[in-house]
Amino acid sequence: MYVVVAGGGKVGANVARSLLDMGHEVTLIEQGRGRFERLEAEFGHLVLLGDATEIHTLERAGIARPPDLLLAVTGDDEDNLVIGQIAREGYDVEKVIARVNDPRNQVHFDLLGITQTVCAVSNILGLVGHEVPEHGLVRMLELRKENLEIVEVQIDKRSPVAGKTVEKLSLPEGSRLISVMRDGEAEIAVGSTVLQPGDQVLAILQPGKEDELRTALLAKK
Amino acid sequence: MKAVVIGCGRVGSSIALQLQREGWEVNVIDEREEALTRLGTGWAGGFVVGHGMDTDVLHRAGIEDADAAVVATDGDNTNIVIGQVAQKRYGIGCVVVRVLDPARADFYAKRGLRTVCPTQTAISVLTDVVRACDVRPLEPTGSS
Repeated sequence: MYVVVAGGGKVGANVARSLLDMGHEVTLIEQGRGRFERLEAEFGHLVLLGDATEIHTLERAGIARPPDLLLAVTGDDEDNLVIGQIAREGYDVEKVIARVNDPRNQVHFDLLGITQTVCAVSNILGLVGHEVPEHGLVRMLELRKENLEIVEVQIDKRSPVAGKTVEKLSLPEGSRLISVMRDGEAEIAVGSTVLQPGDQVLAILQPGKEDELRTALLAKK
Repeated sequence: MKAVVIGCGRVGSSIALQLQREGWEVNVIDEREEALTRLGTGWAGGFVVGHGMDTDVLHRAGIEDADAAVVATDGDNTNIVIGQVAQKRYGIGCVVVRVLDPARADFYAKRGLRTVCPTQTAISVLTDVVRACDVRPLEPTGSS
């Protein structure tokens, strides 16, 4: 497949290298001359010097073909948004993945239709939550299109639901338990599944219902 | 009538002052506190220090009940994003955005954003001035 990578920093350069190794066709765009020259030594004519938010630069990179995938991975969120919008709306690039540098800007990406995003800060914070589950609930996956999310909750001894079957639980509206992981083995949560201390439970719910779910499944602090 | 002006450089500050003289209630946003001096000592409007991408900053500047937003920071892409946020998230009917790159100004103008491109204006005006000059065309030079 043909991939345009906008931004030749650590993220862009490493992704470009991996995609090339996988046999894909790649054009990498970098606007800083110093960085461009270092990249050119490795990637040769596959790297292009220019501002990827300029339509002219994107056209030189073959945006009109159009590419199967465009990655907007510069260190600047406004640039990534504009690159993504030009690709999607101007050139019908079907798949655009954008990097979000500041998680506070995620709302702008959502608003402006750049729905496939990757935010290292949010991912790391998610992992921190996973390692240090002090809030009792870890967000595992956001399903943006569906407006749902999957979270993990660890049931402890003090939990009001320990020893109860799933069908006896009063869960908040708009939430369901998916699976229960016990002793390294997962099973789908059904009505007769009995929750036990130590269980890691996956649940699907609408964003904003986390507190209600936490109250339903976990002991008060 | 309430206006939010984002970017208090030469352009933004002059627009803010002009709108205020014309009776608007104006709040200005700029990242640099020093930018406030551009508004002069008699500035009676609001001034919020912060980035226009930051929704807290926009809220403090009263974006939620603004009638107009002028976006004129020194970054084209920043302006384009903030302009769309003002329009789509806060439903402001009158949003005007400065974009220096003519191609991007045109791209977003076609998609419903009111962009103003000083570069394009300069190109048109300068070309018109040259056209209007009373200069005789060069005589064709014969080969010698």
